[in-house]
Amino acid sequence: MLKLNNITKGFPGVKALEDVSLDLAPGEVVAIIGENGAGKSTLMKILSGVYYADSGSMEFEEKPLILRSPSDALNHGIRIIYQELSGLDNLDVASNIFLGREFRKGPFVDQKKLEDESLAILQRVGLNVSPRTLLSRLSIAEKQLVEIARALSLKVKVLILDEPTSSLTLEETKRLLDLVRELKSQGVSILYITHRLDEVQEIADRVVGLRDGRNAGGLKREDITKDAMVKMMIGREILKSDSGFHNPGAVVMRLNKFRTERYPNETIDLEIRAGEILGMAGLVGAGRSELVRAVFGIDPYRGTIEIDDKPVRIRSAQEAIQHGIFLAPEDRRGCGLTVQMSVKENTSMPKLPSLASMGLINLKKEEEYARESVSKMNVKTASIHTTISTLSGGNQQKVVLGRWLALGPKVLIVDEPTRGIDVGSKAEIYEELRTIAAKGTAIWMISSDMEEVINVSDRVAVMHEGRLTGTLERGAINEEAIMLLATGGH
Amino acid sequence: MKKGGKELGILIILVVLVGASFFVNHNVLSLANLQNTSRLIGIYGVMSIGMAFVIITGGIDLSIGSVLAFMGVIFSMILANEKIPPIIAVVATIAGACLLGWGHGALVTRVRMQPFVVTLCGLLLYRGLARFVSHDHTAGFADSKPTAWIRNLAVGDSFGIIPNPVVIMVVLGIAAYILLHKSVYGRYLFASGYNEESSRYAGIDSKKIITTAYVICGFTAGLATILFAYYSNSISPSSHGSFYELYAIAAAVLGGCSLRGGEGSIIGVALGITLLIVLRNLINILGIASELEFAVMGTVIFIGVLLDTTFRSKGSRTT
Repeated sequence: MLKLNNITKGFPGVKALEDVSLDLAPGEVVAIIGENGAGKSTLMKILSGVYYADSGSMEFEEKPLILRSPSDALNHGIRIIYQELSGLDNLDVASNIFLGREFRKGPFVDQKKLEDESLAILQRVGLNVSPRTLLSRLSIAEKQLVEIARALSLKVKVLILDEPTSSLTLEETKRLLDLVRELKSQGVSILYITHRLDEVQEIADRVVGLRDGRNAGGLKREDITKDAMVKMMIGREILKSDSGFHNPGAVVMRLNKFRTERYPNETIDLEIRAGEILGMAGLVGAGRSELVRAVFGIDPYRGTIEIDDKPVRIRSAQEAIQHGIFLAPEDRRGCGLTVQMSVKENTSMPKLPSLASMGLINLKKEEEYARESVSKMNVKTASIHTTISTLSGGNQQKVVLGRWLALGPKVLIVDEPTRGIDVGSKAEIYEELRTIAAKGTAIWMISSDMEEVINVSDRVAVMHEGRLTGTLERGAINEEAIMLLATGGH
Repeated sequence: MKKGGKELGILIILVVLVGASFFVNHNVLSLANLQNTSRLIGIYGVMSIGMAFVIITGGIDLSIGSVLAFMGVIFSMILANEKIPPIIAVVATIAGACLLGWGHGALVTRVRMQPFVVTLCGLLLYRGLARFVSHDHTAGFADSKPTAWIRNLAVGDSFGIIPNPVVIMVVLGIAAYILLHKSVYGRYLFASGYNEESSRYAGIDSKKIITTAYVICGFTAGLATILFAYYSNSISPSSHGSFYELYAIAAAVLGGCSLRGGEGSIIGVALGITLLIVLRNLINILGIASELEFAVMGTVIFIGVLLDTTFRSKGSRTT
């Protein structure tokens, strides 16, 4: 029903897509895979009317399809749900779902109908919140479900999901996949973009690979295996992070009766050892990010933090940094980096005072420092003066890690370190984390990606609703054990 | 990043404006007019430089016009007491203005009030205080020996030809340029202006950085208070300095500061205030109805920013 023929699209300096073709039958789920920069987003933007192809044609329901604007695409029933969420935080859930299409009673909004209808759709997507909840109070995962609810509330023939599960927990992912199946059975065609290959295996009728802006082949349902997909995406066998686990050293950080603002009634006791990677699993909303934000001095806390057996008080990020605790936050673009600034400026930011004399920046020293960090971390960037927003997610994350590494971290906290990052860069980041740990740094990794937690961690701590429900040692780490603890345990 | 395009644009507008006016009236480039205009540029420029720091944080300071009046009244009152050495009056005035700036900064960063609201209240409060403490009497400045040097700062010349306020503005401008574009503080100021949250995560004490910007703005307002006081030689509490904050804000915006924060340059601000003051001078000298003064300036600022926005959105369209 939907066909794209030989689509080509160039931007100044780069050819984003070359001769890409794609077709989609009614009720079919096609997964589109490819590394970051392979052209997936550009293709989806052409399909949703944001970009206009330089050449090539599109057909929809046997008729030529010309999209001049996103609203053209909407009118045809083509809906896209972006990875970056676009809801309005200051409105409630119901208003977000029916934004621009509010039910009316004369000149007024029919609030009751709005809420009733919203409630029905929310149940369909399995989101258990009141339609009157402000969007800003929801977690990222919940906001994502609201976006999907919004899509469902419209007439939809083709639904494009761009990395829909990158911030969802296993439970929520399962629910989303069920939803995809339900839509499929109603005849909705779905284009599913993801880096999570096990989801592709589970849901896709067909896989289309993109590499460097070109078609990189396709797989039929029966041929879909992880190895085949990875090969298609990167054109080579992937590196496995199996550089071996390190024997952990002494306890570097200890939390005693630690309480956060989010869960003031739960106390956390936790130890982290030098040279280990402590994975932290849990459902979204379990309070993991809040916990590390408090440890890093961003949010207030009660209880004590001990570094090298000495109690310390951390009231700000500067103090955390002074004690050797660093955080690479979940929200890279909003918190981890200053996206308008250059690679150099982002890299040197916390180090700047020691690259200066009498308060004046020594540019030569700074550039040298940045170059060194960039080459050590293998950041792919045109120059250190490149604005960081133009880098891919993986390279941005490497800049964040590089920034802290040079300062000699005792404890490096990484919150969802590979969220939205392609397979190739993921492997590099795991490798890097392993190397850092081997040098004696304690790594505390929060992750909602089960595969990541299991493969990368030496030890896994699991949280549920603000409580630490258990810790699994190497050998006892498996999906079932983690899920059991993440859902409350025992 | 493309830098300097904006500054060049303003410079071209300036040259074209002055050149064109010269054909209509040769007095535009007479020594007397140049001296008088540049003196004003110096005084307004001092004030605008501080404003740039605040605007780069993403804030705004609406209060400085009233600060000029309030601190000006206090300045005249201290001077009137002959037992106190005039230098104390100068220092106290500048320190007082810094203190007000610190108060604004603290309210913005610690209490998390919006800069617009804080300084709007300041605008009203200081104006009222100025009128109250002076009983709304216009204060003049006596010609006395001990204060001659202060007067000289505002109305005297260096090397027999360059108005002292120009010298002060240039020295201050160079210091501000180094602070903003070469120092750690400046880098952190831009970072906090772009994204306060991410600067916190990088370990920057953005509260301190932002508060300092308001103190700098207070400092330049304090300095300008003294220059304006002697330039106009009297202070009428109800009108002295009113609307001046808008000159400073307009200069900063013309010069490339973004009100969203994170962008701006000292050279841009200096050129911005120069353009505004020259424009005002041309309106006088060319005999354009002075009632139109604000209208003409408003139009020029509007066109300047409009052109910039149009070029910028065409030049770099990224998604």
